[in-house]
Amino acid sequence: MSRVFIALQTNDDTRPIIESILADNPHAVPVESPAMIKIDAEGHLTVKRESISELIGRDFDLQELHTHLISLSGHIDESDDEFTLYWDN
Amino acid sequence: MQIDLRTVSIKPQRQTYGHIARRFGDKPASRYQEGTFDLQPTANFHYRPTWDPEREIFDTSRTRLQMKDWYAFKDPRQYYYGAWTLARARQQDTAESNFDFVETRNLGALLADDVRQQALDLLLPLRHAAWGANLNNSAICAYGYGTAITQPCMFHAMDNLAIAQYLTRIGLLLGDTGSLAAAKERWLYAADWQGLRRYVEDSFVVQDWFELFVAQNLVLDGLVYPLFYKTVVEDELSLRGGTAVAMLTQFMTEWYAETTRWVDAQIKTACAESPHNAVMVRDWITAWQSRALEALKPLAQRALGERAGSTLDDLATQFAARVAKCGVPV
Amino acid sequence: MDMQVPKKKLGLKERYTLMTRDLAWDTTYQPKEKVYPYADYEGIRIHDWDKWEDPFRLTMDAYWKYQAEKERKLYAIIDAYSQSNGHLGVTDARYLNAIKIFLTAVTPLEHMAHRGFAHAGRAFPGAGARVACQMQAIDEMRHAQTQIHSLSNYNKYYNGFHDFTHMYDRVWYLSVPKSFFDDAITAGPFEFMVAVGFSFEYVLTNLLFVPFVSGAAYNGDMGTMTFGFSAQSDEARHMTLGLECIKFILEQDPANLPIVQRWIDKWCWRGVRLLSIVAMMMDYMLPKRVMSWKEAWEIYFEENGGALFKDLARYGIKMPACAEQIRLEKDHLSHQVWATFYNYGGATDFHTWMPTEDEMQWLSQKYPDTFDTYYRPRFEFWREQQEKGNRFYNQTLPMLCQTCQIPMLFTEPGDPTKICYRERTYKGNKYHFCSDHCQHIFDNEPEKYVQAWLPVNQIYQGNCFPEGTDPSAPGFDPLAAVLEYYRLNIGRDNGEFEGSEDHRNFEAWRGMAKRND
Ligand SMILES: [Fe+2]
Ligand SMILES: [Fe+2]
Repeated sequence: MSRVFIALQTNDDTRPIIESILADNPHAVPVESPAMIKIDAEGHLTVKRESISELIGRDFDLQELHTHLISLSGHIDESDDEFTLYWDN
Repeated sequence: MQIDLRTVSIKPQRQTYGHIARRFGDKPASRYQEGTFDLQPTANFHYRPTWDPEREIFDTSRTRLQMKDWYAFKDPRQYYYGAWTLARARQQDTAESNFDFVETRNLGALLADDVRQQALDLLLPLRHAAWGANLNNSAICAYGYGTAITQPCMFHAMDNLAIAQYLTRIGLLLGDTGSLAAAKERWLYAADWQGLRRYVEDSFVVQDWFELFVAQNLVLDGLVYPLFYKTVVEDELSLRGGTAVAMLTQFMTEWYAETTRWVDAQIKTACAESPHNAVMVRDWITAWQSRALEALKPLAQRALGERAGSTLDDLATQFAARVAKCGVPV
Repeated sequence: MDMQVPKKKLGLKERYTLMTRDLAWDTTYQPKEKVYPYADYEGIRIHDWDKWEDPFRLTMDAYWKYQAEKERKLYAIIDAYSQSNGHLGVTDARYLNAIKIFLTAVTPLEHMAHRGFAHAGRAFPGAGARVACQMQAIDEMRHAQTQIHSLSNYNKYYNGFHDFTHMYDRVWYLSVPKSFFDDAITAGPFEFMVAVGFSFEYVLTNLLFVPFVSGAAYNGDMGTMTFGFSAQSDEARHMTLGLECIKFILEQDPANLPIVQRWIDKWCWRGVRLLSIVAMMMDYMLPKRVMSWKEAWEIYFEENGGALFKDLARYGIKMPACAEQIRLEKDHLSHQVWATFYNYGGATDFHTWMPTEDEMQWLSQKYPDTFDTYYRPRFEFWREQQEKGNRFYNQTLPMLCQTCQIPMLFTEPGDPTKICYRERTYKGNKYHFCSDHCQHIFDNEPEKYVQAWLPVNQIYQGNCFPEGTDPSAPGFDPLAAVLEYYRLNIGRDNGEFEGSEDHRNFEAWRGMAKRND
């Protein structure tokens, strides 16, 4: 399985996002660099609106992700509730 | 040791970039200036476009207009990306609360059937006209010369797209997907829309980008927006209890007022440059204006009945006054 | 009133379709070929644009909302950073030279991308593809302008930033990025998308924006970090567009495969050559380093690109043929390029220097198989010479590769002691190349590449002097005239870093800050 990744800026807004991604994807591996974090995951990685909303105590819109996103890899599957990166190989 | 850098007072070596200083003097420059002027390459291109081998990548001969300095096309709004986005985000906030207001109070359902139907009939096919405007402004950005005019045209293209999307939302709010489909049918086949559709399709094949600017942004929008959003929506439908519709088209009304100042400034600059340009612009206006008025006739008739003739005459008179103010010779 | 029936909520996808491609129609008053004249000539066959999958579903209202939020944050940081003399907080003044290159070599490309995507956003007959390209067109303008605005404050205090647009059109090393983008934008819209949307955005920009920008943060440059990461936040959309575009083209017709494969091969190589300057920025120009070029390459090209090509294998796409040579070069690239710029430092708008002993140790450790053997001795020799007052400047103009326009500085794959040259005669003229791959690119489109405006050749032909120059005047100094044509201030913008005006000013200003504390 190839690895997908998502890279996010590290700041106050992204702390709960990162936390919930890591909780929802136990197979994911965080790699920190100055001012950013890269989260690698075998095969697939899912960001869930529900989990982030719960952590921040308000409704999170997945499109808000784009404000903090640095980079990603993999195909994208996007709905109102989930944002998934995956490789088919 | 913590260093407090703020306390250091040092003298700058220069106030702005060289190309900005050569135009405006070495003084603090605005973000509009630094982000716009002389940004487009002008010399030593490596290859000719495979899609236009007679010309350079950026080439002044893609229009018959002639300018000594293509950066004379200043934007009175001083829009660079950030300023444009912030301005539009504010307008979008207003539009959003207007849509909310109409939706939560169910004002759409309170409209008289004939008012709602007329709004759907007359506004929804304009989605496609706005989409045409989007295509044309993208072309002007791609093939125009000098960032001062290519940049705002790309913003304009996205504004056009947004307007098409607001119209779509109006369709979904006052009607449903069927209303959008019906309006598209009319745009494609109904006799009264064909003049407008033909105008738009003919504009797609105009090769001269400044002529396209005139045909789209000055002439067509200059007649369509006052006719539909002012006369039909704000005057006609509001009188018949359709103020809710006017709330939903507020973005278009404000946008038109704002962008008119920019469009006029471009026409004025072009005409002031030389009699050659002024005559050129005048001829383009004449040719496209008579076609546009002809195309709008059946639509005005449908919206305004017997008042159509006089309304279009007034519109033409106002448009002539506007154009004259831009220095276009008679 | 019979409107009370609750409306069915439209799904994201359905709604987005109504907001974009449903706006379009097939023209009947004008034929399709005239409305979209650039859609067919590249030989790409598209049967059904409706099969286009929208890579992201952002309507203009949401676009404005999120972009405005980003802009507000970004400009607040830029303002605060310049008001508090943030530039004095960078590790040391050598760092500034990396962002000079950014402004002269990258920012103009952002503008070119803006125009290129406007062209693609007009040219494609498919409405979904057009909208996605148009959105990228304004994003790219954003990138150009946020860079210009962020770096404007550096320009006020340091040399070499002052004429980036003028230099982009003229300075010798900037013909590398310029010819790259000129090549892409003069291609048809499909090749442009494979070149920029896919090869560059998806396969390569990570290398520039992710580790380098993180490095900027590490070196205290919050301004660059902010615009860099803020630009990257648009990049996710751009990468998705590039990937979708490739998949769409390949799914439409099997006959598209060989064309696309040729483009991928070409543009991966063009991109890799372009990024050789980033290799040098990362290994030599960041005083504090996050990772080596080689490490970044392994993560973002070998691993990430590898996964991508594995995925595209189902369409018959193969890893570009140049991958093998790239693998061999990753241990050498940054050192060879830095050595060249050190040599030609008299003709650049930024300063160069020899790494300190500490830095050489870092390089030895990161490049255990190559640095000490091939590069350290040369660098130590230059450093010694410099200490004796013989800072080395190469005075002869180099031969350039006809395709990538980089001086002949790369070595034979597998033999780091021998410069790699290739040669081709076309219509009676001789052309030179840095590599087999650059030569193949030329061979595929010779009529295009013979047009190249090669700076060195142009200098020899007398086309790079200020207007009104008389080269036959007594005492005429051609190099000085060329630098004047570049608007490069001799003795201020160019040459050795050690003792330069930037160096002295930075030390003095920072000294003031320390005293005030
Ligand atoms: Fe960009
Ligand atoms: Fe080459």
